[in-house]
Amino acid sequence: MIRRYYAYRYFFLMLLPVVAYFAVFHYAPIYGVLMAFQDFRVLKGISGSEFVGLKHFRELFSGLYFVPVLKNTLIINAYKLLFGFPAPIVLALLINEVMRPGFKRIVQTISYLPHFLSWIVLSGIVIEALSPSRGPINIVLMELGLKPVFFLADTHWFRTVLVSTAVWKNVGFSAIIYLAAIAGINADMYEAAEVDGIGRLQKMYYITLPAIAPVIVIMVILTSGSIINDDFDQIFNLLNANVSSVGDVISTYTYSEGIAKMNYSYAAAVGLFKNVAALVAVLSANFIARRFSDNTIL
Amino acid sequence: MKHRRMSDRLFSLTVYALLSGLALTIVLPMMQVLTISVSPLAVVNRYGFHLIPTAFDFSGYRQVFHKQTIWTGYENTLIRTVLGTSITIVMTFLGAYPLSKRQLPHRAFWTGFIVLTMFFSGGLIPSYMLVKNIGLMNTVWSLVLPGAVSAFMLLIVRNFIGSLPESLEESAKIDGANDVYILWKIVVPLSMPILATVALYAAVDHWNAWFDSMLYIRQEKKQVLQLILRKIIIDGTADPSTTGAADAMNAPTNSQAMKMAALVVTMLPIMCVYPFLQKYFVKGTLLGSVKG
Repeated sequence: MIRRYYAYRYFFLMLLPVVAYFAVFHYAPIYGVLMAFQDFRVLKGISGSEFVGLKHFRELFSGLYFVPVLKNTLIINAYKLLFGFPAPIVLALLINEVMRPGFKRIVQTISYLPHFLSWIVLSGIVIEALSPSRGPINIVLMELGLKPVFFLADTHWFRTVLVSTAVWKNVGFSAIIYLAAIAGINADMYEAAEVDGIGRLQKMYYITLPAIAPVIVIMVILTSGSIINDDFDQIFNLLNANVSSVGDVISTYTYSEGIAKMNYSYAAAVGLFKNVAALVAVLSANFIARRFSDNTIL
Repeated sequence: MKHRRMSDRLFSLTVYALLSGLALTIVLPMMQVLTISVSPLAVVNRYGFHLIPTAFDFSGYRQVFHKQTIWTGYENTLIRTVLGTSITIVMTFLGAYPLSKRQLPHRAFWTGFIVLTMFFSGGLIPSYMLVKNIGLMNTVWSLVLPGAVSAFMLLIVRNFIGSLPESLEESAKIDGANDVYILWKIVVPLSMPILATVALYAAVDHWNAWFDSMLYIRQEKKQVLQLILRKIIIDGTADPSTTGAADAMNAPTNSQAMKMAALVVTMLPIMCVYPFLQKYFVKGTLLGSVKG
Protein backbone atom coordinates (compact mmCIF):
# COMPACT_ATOMS: atom_id res chain seq x y z
CA MET A 1 0.00 0.00 0.00
CA ILE A 2 2.73 2.43 1.01
CA ARG A 3 4.55 1.51 -2.18
CA ARG A 4 1.47 2.39 -4.26
CA TYR A 5 1.17 5.73 -2.51
CA TYR A 6 4.89 6.27 -3.11
CA ALA A 7 4.42 5.56 -6.81
CA TYR A 8 1.72 8.24 -6.91
CA ARG A 9 3.56 10.66 -4.61
CA TYR A 10 3.54 13.54 -7.08
CA PHE A 11 -0.18 13.20 -7.60
CA PHE A 12 -0.73 13.30 -3.86
CA LEU A 13 1.56 16.30 -3.65
CA MET A 14 -0.84 18.03 -6.06
CA LEU A 15 -3.84 16.82 -4.14
CA LEU A 16 -2.46 17.91 -0.77
CA PRO A 17 -3.35 21.64 -0.91
CA VAL A 18 -6.85 20.77 -2.12
CA VAL A 19 -7.43 18.24 0.66
CA ALA A 20 -6.06 20.78 3.13
CA TYR A 21 -8.43 23.39 1.73
CA PHE A 22 -11.47 21.16 2.20
CA ALA A 23 -10.31 20.12 5.67
CA VAL A 24 -9.88 23.71 6.80
CA PHE A 25 -12.72 25.53 5.04
CA HIS A 26 -15.35 22.80 4.94
CA TYR A 27 -14.66 20.16 7.59
CA ALA A 28 -13.52 22.54 10.32
CA PRO A 29 -16.85 24.47 10.14
CA ILE A 30 -18.68 21.12 10.28
CA TYR A 31 -16.77 20.41 13.50
CA GLY A 32 -17.68 23.96 14.54
CA VAL A 33 -21.35 22.94 14.41
CA LEU A 34 -20.74 21.54 17.90
CA MET A 35 -21.21 25.08 19.17
CA ALA A 36 -24.94 24.64 18.51
CA PHE A 37 -24.95 22.22 21.46
CA GLN A 38 -22.94 24.55 23.70
CA ASP A 39 -23.16 27.94 25.33
CA PHE A 40 -20.33 29.05 23.12
CA ARG A 41 -17.94 31.71 24.41
CA VAL A 42 -15.52 33.19 21.90
CA LEU A 43 -12.65 33.37 24.40
CA LYS A 44 -13.07 29.76 25.52
CA GLY A 45 -13.53 28.30 22.04
CA ILE A 46 -15.28 25.03 21.28
CA SER A 47 -13.04 22.95 23.49
CA GLY A 48 -13.60 25.16 26.53
CA SER A 49 -17.27 26.06 26.19
CA GLU A 50 -19.92 24.30 28.22
CA PHE A 51 -22.16 21.71 26.57
CA VAL A 52 -25.88 22.32 27.06
CA GLY A 53 -27.35 19.56 24.93
CA LEU A 54 -30.46 20.50 22.98
CA LYS A 55 -31.17 23.72 24.87
CA HIS A 56 -30.96 25.94 21.80
CA PHE A 57 -33.09 23.62 19.71
CA ARG A 58 -35.77 23.63 22.40
CA GLU A 59 -35.58 27.42 22.45
CA LEU A 60 -35.95 27.40 18.67
CA PHE A 61 -39.37 25.79 18.77
CA SER A 62 -40.67 27.11 22.08
CA GLY A 63 -39.49 30.71 21.53
CA LEU A 64 -41.55 33.39 19.85
CA TYR A 65 -39.25 34.21 16.98
CA PHE A 66 -38.12 31.18 15.05
CA VAL A 67 -41.45 29.57 14.16
CA PRO A 68 -42.78 32.62 12.23
CA VAL A 69 -39.41 32.82 10.44
CA LEU A 70 -39.63 29.15 9.50
CA LYS A 71 -43.19 29.72 8.27
CA ASN A 72 -42.11 32.69 6.13
CA THR A 73 -39.27 30.63 4.68
CA LEU A 74 -41.49 27.71 3.75
CA ILE A 75 -44.23 29.90 2.26
CA ILE A 76 -41.85 32.04 0.19
CA ASN A 77 -39.88 29.02 -1.01
CA ALA A 78 -43.01 27.03 -1.83
CA TYR A 79 -44.23 29.86 -4.05
CA LYS A 80 -40.78 30.27 -5.59
CA LEU A 81 -40.76 26.58 -6.49
CA LEU A 82 -44.38 26.62 -7.65
CA PHE A 83 -43.73 29.44 -10.12
CA GLY A 84 -39.96 29.31 -10.51
CA PHE A 85 -39.71 25.65 -11.41
CA PRO A 86 -42.13 25.53 -14.37
CA ALA A 87 -41.21 29.02 -15.64
CA PRO A 88 -37.95 28.05 -17.40
CA ILE A 89 -39.63 24.97 -18.88
CA VAL A 90 -42.38 27.15 -20.33
CA LEU A 91 -39.81 29.68 -21.54
CA ALA A 92 -37.78 26.96 -23.24
CA LEU A 93 -40.91 25.62 -24.94
CA LEU A 94 -41.79 29.13 -26.12
CA ILE A 95 -38.29 29.91 -27.38
CA ASN A 96 -38.30 26.59 -29.22
CA GLU A 97 -41.36 27.71 -31.16
CA VAL A 98 -39.66 30.87 -32.46
CA MET A 99 -38.72 30.51 -36.11
CA ARG A 100 -36.71 33.72 -36.51
CA PRO A 101 -33.13 33.14 -35.28
CA GLY A 102 -32.52 36.87 -34.78
CA PHE A 103 -35.51 37.32 -32.48
CA LYS A 104 -34.58 34.16 -30.63
CA ARG A 105 -31.02 35.34 -29.99
CA ILE A 106 -32.07 38.81 -28.82
CA VAL A 107 -34.70 37.47 -26.43
CA GLN A 108 -32.27 34.93 -24.99
CA THR A 109 -29.48 37.45 -24.54
CA ILE A 110 -31.81 39.88 -22.78
CA SER A 111 -33.25 37.13 -20.60
CA TYR A 112 -29.76 36.17 -19.35
CA LEU A 113 -28.93 39.69 -18.17
CA PRO A 114 -30.44 39.61 -14.63
CA HIS A 115 -28.63 36.32 -13.98
CA PHE A 116 -25.27 38.07 -14.28
CA LEU A 117 -26.10 40.96 -11.96
CA SER A 118 -25.84 40.86 -8.18
CA TRP A 119 -28.90 41.20 -5.97
CA ILE A 120 -27.53 44.54 -4.82
CA VAL A 121 -27.70 45.89 -8.36
CA LEU A 122 -31.01 44.15 -8.97
CA SER A 123 -32.58 45.41 -5.75
CA GLY A 124 -31.57 48.94 -6.76
CA ILE A 125 -33.32 48.38 -10.08
CA VAL A 126 -36.37 46.78 -8.44
CA ILE A 127 -36.72 49.57 -5.87
CA GLU A 128 -36.60 52.15 -8.67
CA ALA A 129 -38.93 50.23 -11.00
CA LEU A 130 -41.53 49.72 -8.27
CA SER A 131 -41.33 53.31 -7.06
CA PRO A 132 -44.79 54.68 -6.24
CA SER A 133 -44.19 57.84 -8.30
CA ARG A 134 -42.00 56.71 -11.22
CA GLY A 135 -42.50 52.97 -11.52
CA PRO A 136 -44.27 51.92 -14.72
CA ILE A 137 -46.66 49.55 -12.89
CA ASN A 138 -47.77 52.27 -10.48
CA ILE A 139 -48.18 54.81 -13.27
CA VAL A 140 -50.45 52.38 -15.10
CA LEU A 141 -52.40 51.80 -11.87
CA MET A 142 -52.83 55.54 -11.38
CA GLU A 143 -53.88 56.10 -14.99
CA LEU A 144 -56.56 53.48 -14.37
CA GLY A 145 -57.74 55.53 -11.41
CA LEU A 146 -56.33 53.18 -8.78
CA LYS A 147 -54.11 54.02 -5.86
CA PRO A 148 -50.36 53.45 -6.27
CA VAL A 149 -48.99 50.50 -4.29
CA PHE A 150 -45.83 50.72 -2.20
CA PHE A 151 -44.97 47.13 -3.17
CA LEU A 152 -41.79 46.80 -1.13
CA ALA A 153 -43.29 48.17 2.08
CA ASP A 154 -46.67 46.46 1.89
CA THR A 155 -47.02 43.19 3.78
CA HIS A 156 -49.62 42.00 1.26
CA TRP A 157 -47.28 42.49 -1.66
CA PHE A 158 -43.78 41.82 -0.37
CA ARG A 159 -43.78 38.05 -0.90
CA THR A 160 -45.20 38.52 -4.38
CA VAL A 161 -42.29 40.85 -5.14
CA LEU A 162 -39.79 38.28 -3.81
CA VAL A 163 -41.28 35.44 -5.84
CA SER A 164 -41.69 37.38 -9.08
CA THR A 165 -38.24 39.01 -8.99
CA ALA A 166 -36.63 35.63 -8.25
CA VAL A 167 -38.39 34.08 -11.23
CA TRP A 168 -37.49 37.13 -13.33
CA LYS A 169 -33.78 36.86 -12.43
CA ASN A 170 -33.40 33.14 -13.08
CA VAL A 171 -35.88 32.14 -15.76
CA GLY A 172 -33.71 32.98 -18.78
CA PHE A 173 -30.58 31.22 -17.65
CA SER A 174 -32.39 28.21 -16.20
CA ALA A 175 -34.12 27.66 -19.54
CA ILE A 176 -30.78 26.77 -21.15
CA ILE A 177 -30.75 23.23 -19.83
CA TYR A 178 -34.26 22.54 -21.12
CA LEU A 179 -33.46 24.09 -24.49
CA ALA A 180 -30.51 21.73 -24.78
CA ALA A 181 -32.76 18.79 -23.94
CA ILE A 182 -35.25 19.94 -26.58
CA ALA A 183 -32.48 20.27 -29.15
CA GLY A 184 -31.70 16.60 -28.62
CA ILE A 185 -35.18 15.42 -29.64
CA ASN A 186 -35.30 13.38 -32.82
CA ALA A 187 -36.77 15.56 -35.60
CA ASP A 188 -38.45 12.52 -37.18
CA MET A 189 -41.07 12.57 -34.46
CA TYR A 190 -42.17 16.07 -35.40
CA GLU A 191 -42.25 15.15 -39.06
CA ALA A 192 -44.41 12.12 -38.36
CA ALA A 193 -46.73 14.30 -36.31
CA GLU A 194 -46.94 16.79 -39.16
CA VAL A 195 -47.97 14.04 -41.55
CA ASP A 196 -50.74 13.21 -39.12
CA GLY A 197 -51.82 16.85 -39.27
CA ILE A 198 -51.13 17.70 -35.63
CA GLY A 199 -51.04 21.38 -34.58
CA ARG A 200 -48.10 23.11 -32.93
CA LEU A 201 -49.62 23.25 -29.46
CA GLN A 202 -50.31 19.50 -29.53
CA LYS A 203 -46.78 18.77 -30.75
CA MET A 204 -45.45 20.72 -27.80
CA TYR A 205 -47.66 18.79 -25.42
CA TYR A 206 -47.38 15.28 -26.84
CA ILE A 207 -43.78 15.21 -28.13
CA THR A 208 -41.58 17.91 -26.62
CA LEU A 209 -42.77 17.74 -23.02
CA PRO A 210 -42.55 13.93 -22.61
CA ALA A 211 -39.14 13.95 -24.32
CA ILE A 212 -37.64 16.33 -21.75
CA ALA A 213 -39.34 14.65 -18.76
CA PRO A 214 -36.12 12.92 -17.54
CA VAL A 215 -34.34 16.28 -17.36
CA ILE A 216 -37.30 17.71 -15.45
CA VAL A 217 -37.11 14.88 -12.88
CA ILE A 218 -33.40 15.49 -12.32
CA MET A 219 -34.01 19.21 -11.90
CA VAL A 220 -36.74 18.46 -9.33
CA ILE A 221 -34.21 16.53 -7.25
CA LEU A 222 -31.53 19.19 -7.60
CA THR A 223 -33.88 22.01 -6.60
CA SER A 224 -35.71 20.18 -3.80
CA GLY A 225 -33.31 21.54 -1.18
CA SER A 226 -34.51 25.03 -2.00
CA ILE A 227 -37.74 24.44 -0.08
CA ILE A 228 -35.70 25.33 3.03
CA ASN A 229 -32.64 27.07 1.54
CA ASP A 230 -33.71 30.66 1.07
CA ASP A 231 -31.97 33.28 -1.03
CA PHE A 232 -30.14 35.47 1.49
CA ASP A 233 -28.75 37.85 -1.15
CA GLN A 234 -32.19 38.66 -2.49
CA ILE A 235 -34.15 38.92 0.72
CA PHE A 236 -31.51 40.75 2.75
CA ASN A 237 -31.31 43.46 0.11
CA LEU A 238 -35.06 43.91 -0.31
CA LEU A 239 -36.15 43.42 3.30
CA ASN A 240 -37.10 46.46 5.39
CA ALA A 241 -38.70 47.10 8.76
CA ASN A 242 -42.21 47.45 7.28
CA VAL A 243 -42.30 43.91 5.94
CA SER A 244 -40.02 41.93 8.24
CA SER A 245 -43.09 40.15 9.66
CA VAL A 246 -43.68 38.46 6.30
CA GLY A 247 -40.18 38.55 4.80
CA ASP A 248 -37.74 37.58 7.56
CA VAL A 249 -36.44 34.11 6.64
CA ILE A 250 -34.01 31.61 8.15
CA SER A 251 -30.85 33.04 6.59
CA THR A 252 -31.63 36.67 7.41
CA TYR A 253 -32.65 35.58 10.91
CA THR A 254 -29.41 33.61 11.35
CA TYR A 255 -27.47 36.68 10.28
CA SER A 256 -29.21 39.07 12.63
CA GLU A 257 -29.06 36.67 15.59
CA GLY A 258 -25.54 35.39 15.00
CA ILE A 259 -23.58 38.27 13.53
CA ALA A 260 -25.50 41.37 14.61
CA LYS A 261 -26.58 40.17 18.10
CA MET A 262 -23.71 37.69 18.56
CA ASN A 263 -25.92 34.85 19.88
CA TYR A 264 -23.47 32.44 18.27
CA SER A 265 -24.74 29.14 19.63
CA TYR A 266 -28.39 29.92 19.00
CA ALA A 267 -27.68 31.07 15.43
CA ALA A 268 -25.52 28.00 14.81
CA ALA A 269 -28.46 25.87 15.94
CA VAL A 270 -30.71 27.67 13.45
CA GLY A 271 -28.16 27.04 10.71
CA LEU A 272 -27.75 23.38 11.63
CA PHE A 273 -31.51 22.86 11.60
CA LYS A 274 -31.65 24.37 8.11
CA ASN A 275 -28.77 22.29 6.74
CA VAL A 276 -30.19 19.04 8.08
CA ALA A 277 -33.62 19.88 6.69
CA ALA A 278 -32.12 20.66 3.27
CA LEU A 279 -30.21 17.39 3.25
CA VAL A 280 -33.35 15.46 4.17
CA ALA A 281 -35.26 17.23 1.37
CA VAL A 282 -32.68 16.31 -1.28
CA LEU A 283 -32.35 12.71 -0.10
CA SER A 284 -36.10 12.16 0.00
CA ALA A 285 -36.60 13.72 -3.44
CA ASN A 286 -33.89 11.39 -4.74
CA PHE A 287 -35.54 8.43 -2.99
CA ILE A 288 -38.95 9.22 -4.46
CA ALA A 289 -37.46 9.69 -7.92
CA ARG A 290 -35.78 6.30 -7.63
CA ARG A 291 -39.08 4.67 -6.74
CA PHE A 292 -40.86 6.08 -9.77
CA SER A 293 -38.21 6.45 -12.46
CA ASP A 294 -34.59 5.74 -13.30
CA ASN A 295 -33.52 9.36 -13.19
CA THR A 296 -31.62 10.04 -9.99
CA ILE A 297 -28.53 11.95 -9.04
CA LEU A 298 -27.23 9.58 -6.38
CA MET B 1 -56.92 22.56 -42.78
CA LYS B 2 -57.59 26.26 -42.93
CA HIS B 3 -58.87 26.17 -39.36
CA ARG B 4 -55.66 24.51 -38.20
CA ARG B 5 -53.45 27.07 -39.88
CA MET B 6 -55.47 29.79 -38.15
CA SER B 7 -54.90 28.22 -34.73
CA ASP B 8 -51.18 27.83 -35.48
CA ARG B 9 -50.94 31.48 -36.40
CA LEU B 10 -52.69 32.48 -33.18
CA PHE B 11 -50.27 30.23 -31.30
CA SER B 12 -47.31 31.88 -33.00
CA LEU B 13 -48.62 35.31 -32.13
CA THR B 14 -49.01 34.34 -28.47
CA VAL B 15 -45.45 33.00 -28.37
CA TYR B 16 -43.96 36.21 -29.78
CA ALA B 17 -46.10 38.35 -27.50
CA LEU B 18 -45.12 36.46 -24.33
CA LEU B 19 -41.42 36.51 -25.18
CA SER B 20 -41.47 40.20 -26.04
CA GLY B 21 -43.26 40.80 -22.75
CA LEU B 22 -40.51 39.04 -20.82
CA ALA B 23 -37.82 41.02 -22.63
CA LEU B 24 -39.65 44.26 -21.82
CA THR B 25 -39.72 43.48 -18.09
CA ILE B 26 -35.93 43.51 -18.25
CA VAL B 27 -35.36 46.32 -20.76
CA LEU B 28 -37.81 48.87 -19.33
CA PRO B 29 -36.36 48.97 -15.79
CA MET B 30 -32.88 49.27 -17.30
CA MET B 31 -34.02 52.22 -19.41
CA GLN B 32 -35.54 53.82 -16.33
CA VAL B 33 -32.32 53.43 -14.34
CA LEU B 34 -30.28 54.93 -17.17
CA THR B 35 -32.73 57.80 -17.63
CA ILE B 36 -32.84 58.72 -13.94
CA SER B 37 -29.05 58.60 -13.75
CA VAL B 38 -28.72 61.39 -16.33
CA SER B 39 -31.76 63.48 -15.36
CA PRO B 40 -31.88 66.75 -13.41
CA LEU B 41 -33.81 66.83 -10.13
CA ALA B 42 -36.89 68.52 -11.60
CA VAL B 43 -37.30 65.72 -14.14
CA VAL B 44 -36.64 62.98 -11.58
CA ASN B 45 -39.43 64.27 -9.34
CA ARG B 46 -41.95 64.74 -12.15
CA TYR B 47 -44.85 62.28 -12.27
CA GLY B 48 -44.86 59.87 -15.19
CA PHE B 49 -42.71 57.41 -17.10
CA HIS B 50 -38.96 58.00 -17.09
CA LEU B 51 -37.85 55.70 -19.87
CA ILE B 52 -36.16 58.15 -22.24
CA PRO B 53 -34.13 61.15 -21.03
CA THR B 54 -35.79 64.49 -21.77
CA ALA B 55 -33.10 66.66 -20.20
CA PHE B 56 -29.51 65.89 -19.31
CA ASP B 57 -27.62 66.55 -16.11
CA PHE B 58 -24.54 64.51 -15.33
CA SER B 59 -24.08 65.76 -11.78
CA GLY B 60 -25.05 62.27 -10.53
CA TYR B 61 -22.03 60.76 -12.26
CA ARG B 62 -19.84 63.64 -11.08
CA GLN B 63 -20.85 62.92 -7.47
CA VAL B 64 -20.18 59.22 -7.90
CA PHE B 65 -16.73 59.77 -9.36
CA HIS B 66 -15.90 62.13 -6.51
CA LYS B 67 -16.51 59.39 -3.99
CA GLN B 68 -13.20 57.93 -2.91
CA THR B 69 -14.92 54.68 -1.90
CA ILE B 70 -16.12 53.99 -5.44
CA TRP B 71 -12.52 53.98 -6.65
CA THR B 72 -11.19 51.88 -3.77
CA GLY B 73 -14.20 49.59 -4.21
CA TYR B 74 -13.42 49.13 -7.91
CA GLU B 75 -9.80 48.41 -7.08
CA ASN B 76 -10.66 45.90 -4.34
CA THR B 77 -13.17 44.13 -6.57
CA LEU B 78 -10.61 43.89 -9.38
CA ILE B 79 -7.97 42.54 -6.99
CA ARG B 80 -10.25 39.92 -5.50
CA THR B 81 -11.57 38.90 -8.91
CA VAL B 82 -8.11 38.39 -10.41
CA LEU B 83 -6.58 36.81 -7.31
CA GLY B 84 -9.64 34.70 -6.47
CA THR B 85 -10.11 33.42 -10.01
CA SER B 86 -6.43 32.48 -10.32
CA ILE B 87 -6.50 30.57 -7.04
CA THR B 88 -9.71 28.81 -8.10
CA ILE B 89 -8.29 27.67 -11.43
CA VAL B 90 -5.03 26.40 -9.96
CA MET B 91 -6.63 24.65 -7.00
CA THR B 92 -9.43 23.11 -9.06
CA PHE B 93 -6.93 21.69 -11.52
CA LEU B 94 -4.62 20.45 -8.73
CA GLY B 95 -7.55 18.51 -7.28
CA ALA B 96 -9.09 17.33 -10.52
CA TYR B 97 -6.01 15.92 -12.26
CA PRO B 98 -4.92 13.36 -9.63
CA LEU B 99 -8.52 12.30 -9.06
CA SER B 100 -8.94 11.67 -12.80
CA LYS B 101 -6.30 8.91 -12.58
CA ARG B 102 -8.12 5.62 -12.29
CA GLN B 103 -5.16 3.88 -10.65
CA LEU B 104 -4.83 6.43 -7.85
CA PRO B 105 -4.79 4.59 -4.48
CA HIS B 106 -8.08 5.05 -2.60
CA ARG B 107 -9.42 7.24 -5.37
CA ALA B 108 -13.02 6.72 -4.24
CA PHE B 109 -12.20 7.79 -0.70
CA TRP B 110 -10.41 10.98 -1.75
CA THR B 111 -13.19 11.84 -4.18
CA GLY B 112 -15.79 11.18 -1.50
CA PHE B 113 -13.90 13.38 0.95
CA ILE B 114 -14.48 16.28 -1.43
CA VAL B 115 -17.96 15.35 -2.69
CA LEU B 116 -19.37 15.04 0.83
CA THR B 117 -19.00 18.80 1.31
CA MET B 118 -21.59 19.32 -1.42
CA PHE B 119 -24.27 17.82 0.78
CA PHE B 120 -23.49 19.24 4.16
CA SER B 121 -21.86 22.39 5.45
CA GLY B 122 -21.24 23.96 8.81
CA GLY B 123 -23.28 27.05 8.09
CA LEU B 124 -22.75 30.75 8.51
CA ILE B 125 -21.71 31.01 12.14
CA PRO B 126 -19.05 28.25 12.25
CA SER B 127 -17.58 29.54 8.98
CA TYR B 128 -17.47 33.05 10.34
CA MET B 129 -15.76 31.83 13.51
CA LEU B 130 -13.21 29.93 11.45
CA VAL B 131 -12.22 32.96 9.37
CA LYS B 132 -11.99 34.97 12.56
CA ASN B 133 -9.91 32.37 14.38
CA ILE B 134 -7.34 31.80 11.66
CA GLY B 135 -6.73 35.52 11.39
CA LEU B 136 -8.10 36.28 7.95
CA MET B 137 -10.34 39.13 9.11
CA ASN B 138 -9.76 42.40 7.26
CA THR B 139 -7.60 40.78 4.60
CA VAL B 140 -8.30 39.97 0.98
CA TRP B 141 -7.71 36.29 1.86
CA SER B 142 -11.04 36.20 3.69
CA LEU B 143 -12.66 36.97 0.33
CA VAL B 144 -10.75 34.54 -1.89
CA LEU B 145 -9.95 31.51 0.27
CA PRO B 146 -13.22 30.30 1.86
CA GLY B 147 -14.91 29.72 -1.51
CA ALA B 148 -11.77 28.90 -3.48
CA VAL B 149 -12.79 25.45 -4.72
CA SER B 150 -16.26 24.29 -5.60
CA ALA B 151 -16.58 20.51 -5.20
CA PHE B 152 -19.09 20.51 -8.04
CA MET B 153 -16.75 22.29 -10.47
CA LEU B 154 -13.88 20.05 -9.40
CA LEU B 155 -15.94 16.99 -10.31
CA ILE B 156 -16.78 18.44 -13.71
CA VAL B 157 -13.12 19.18 -14.43
CA ARG B 158 -12.14 15.72 -13.17
CA ASN B 159 -14.65 14.09 -15.51
CA PHE B 160 -13.43 16.23 -18.38
CA ILE B 161 -9.78 15.30 -17.86
CA GLY B 162 -10.77 11.66 -17.32
CA SER B 163 -12.48 11.63 -20.69
CA LEU B 164 -9.33 12.70 -22.55
CA PRO B 165 -7.89 9.73 -24.47
CA GLU B 166 -5.31 7.94 -22.34
CA SER B 167 -3.31 7.02 -25.42
CA LEU B 168 -2.13 10.64 -25.64
CA GLU B 169 -0.27 10.40 -22.36
CA GLU B 170 0.96 6.88 -23.08
CA SER B 171 2.41 7.71 -26.46
CA ALA B 172 4.14 10.78 -25.00
CA LYS B 173 5.63 8.52 -22.33
CA ILE B 174 6.91 6.11 -24.96
CA ASP B 175 8.52 9.05 -26.69
CA GLY B 176 10.41 9.68 -23.48
CA ALA B 177 8.47 12.65 -22.10
CA ASN B 178 8.53 12.98 -18.31
CA ASP B 179 5.45 13.52 -16.13
CA VAL B 180 5.93 17.24 -15.77
CA TYR B 181 6.27 17.65 -19.53
CA ILE B 182 3.12 15.58 -20.13
CA LEU B 183 1.20 17.61 -17.58
CA TRP B 184 2.34 20.97 -18.86
CA LYS B 185 2.34 20.31 -22.61
CA ILE B 186 -0.56 17.87 -23.01
CA VAL B 187 -3.00 17.79 -20.11
CA VAL B 188 -3.11 21.51 -19.29
CA PRO B 189 -3.58 22.72 -22.89
CA LEU B 190 -6.29 20.11 -23.51
CA SER B 191 -8.08 21.14 -20.31
CA MET B 192 -8.16 24.80 -21.30
CA PRO B 193 -11.80 24.89 -22.47
CA ILE B 194 -13.10 23.54 -19.15
CA LEU B 195 -10.71 25.67 -17.09
CA ALA B 196 -11.88 28.74 -19.00
CA THR B 197 -15.45 27.91 -18.03
CA VAL B 198 -14.46 27.51 -14.38
CA ALA B 199 -12.63 30.85 -14.58
CA LEU B 200 -15.62 32.68 -16.07
CA TYR B 201 -17.99 31.44 -13.39
CA ALA B 202 -15.53 32.26 -10.63
CA ALA B 203 -14.89 35.72 -12.06
CA VAL B 204 -18.59 36.64 -12.21
CA ASP B 205 -19.10 35.32 -8.69
CA HIS B 206 -16.23 37.43 -7.40
CA TRP B 207 -17.38 40.52 -9.24
CA ASN B 208 -20.87 40.21 -7.72
CA ALA B 209 -19.87 39.07 -4.22
CA TRP B 210 -20.45 41.40 -1.28
CA PHE B 211 -21.62 39.44 1.76
CA ASP B 212 -18.16 38.18 2.66
CA SER B 213 -16.86 41.72 2.43
CA MET B 214 -19.62 42.84 4.80
CA LEU B 215 -18.83 40.01 7.23
CA TYR B 216 -15.08 40.00 7.26
CA ILE B 217 -13.87 43.46 6.25
CA ARG B 218 -14.24 46.28 8.76
CA GLN B 219 -12.34 49.09 7.05
CA GLU B 220 -14.32 50.91 4.39
CA LYS B 221 -11.34 51.42 2.11
CA LYS B 222 -10.88 47.65 1.84
CA GLN B 223 -14.50 46.93 0.91
CA VAL B 224 -15.64 45.78 -2.51
CA LEU B 225 -17.61 47.77 -5.05
CA GLN B 226 -20.91 45.94 -4.57
CA LEU B 227 -20.93 46.72 -0.87
CA ILE B 228 -20.13 50.38 -1.52
CA LEU B 229 -23.05 50.41 -3.97
CA ARG B 230 -25.26 48.81 -1.34
CA LYS B 231 -24.42 51.58 1.09
CA ILE B 232 -25.21 54.21 -1.51
CA ILE B 233 -28.48 52.86 -2.87
CA ILE B 234 -30.06 50.77 -0.14
CA ASP B 235 -28.93 52.24 3.13
CA GLY B 236 -28.41 55.80 2.01
CA THR B 237 -26.00 55.88 4.95
CA ALA B 238 -22.66 54.35 5.84
CA ASP B 239 -24.04 51.64 8.12
CA PRO B 240 -24.01 48.27 6.38
CA SER B 241 -25.78 46.36 9.14
CA THR B 242 -29.23 47.88 8.65
CA THR B 243 -31.58 46.84 5.89
CA GLY B 244 -33.73 49.67 4.73
CA ALA B 245 -35.14 49.42 1.23
CA ALA B 246 -38.23 51.37 2.27
CA ASP B 247 -36.26 53.93 4.25
CA ALA B 248 -34.15 54.57 1.20
CA MET B 249 -37.28 55.19 -0.82
CA ASN B 250 -38.68 57.60 1.75
CA ALA B 251 -35.54 59.70 1.71
CA PRO B 252 -35.67 62.93 -0.28
CA THR B 253 -34.98 61.92 -3.86
CA ASN B 254 -32.45 64.57 -4.76
CA SER B 255 -29.79 61.88 -4.48
CA GLN B 256 -31.71 59.55 -6.80
CA ALA B 257 -29.71 60.45 -9.91
CA MET B 258 -26.51 59.82 -7.98
CA LYS B 259 -27.76 56.44 -6.75
CA MET B 260 -28.72 55.35 -10.24
CA ALA B 261 -25.39 56.61 -11.59
CA ALA B 262 -23.61 54.42 -9.02
CA LEU B 263 -25.76 51.51 -10.13
CA VAL B 264 -24.84 52.05 -13.79
CA VAL B 265 -21.14 52.36 -12.94
CA THR B 266 -21.27 49.03 -11.07
CA MET B 267 -23.14 47.01 -13.66
CA LEU B 268 -21.55 48.49 -16.78
CA PRO B 269 -18.55 46.12 -16.95
CA ILE B 270 -20.79 43.05 -16.73
CA MET B 271 -23.27 44.43 -19.25
CA CYS B 272 -20.50 45.14 -21.74
CA VAL B 273 -18.89 41.75 -21.38
CA TYR B 274 -21.65 39.18 -20.94
CA PRO B 275 -23.23 39.28 -24.42
CA PHE B 276 -19.89 38.22 -25.88
CA LEU B 277 -19.19 35.53 -23.32
CA GLN B 278 -22.69 34.07 -23.05
CA LYS B 279 -21.95 31.07 -25.24
CA TYR B 280 -19.24 29.95 -22.80
CA PHE B 281 -21.64 30.28 -19.89
CA VAL B 282 -24.22 28.28 -21.81
CA LYS B 283 -21.60 25.58 -22.40
CA GLY B 284 -20.81 25.68 -18.69
CA THR B 285 -24.35 24.96 -17.52
CA LEU B 286 -24.61 22.07 -19.93
CA LEU B 287 -21.35 20.54 -18.70
CA GLY B 288 -22.83 20.58 -15.22
CA SER B 289 -25.86 18.67 -16.37
CA VAL B 290 -23.88 15.60 -17.38
CA LYS B 291 -24.29 12.93 -14.75
CA GLY B 292 -20.88 12.21 -13.20
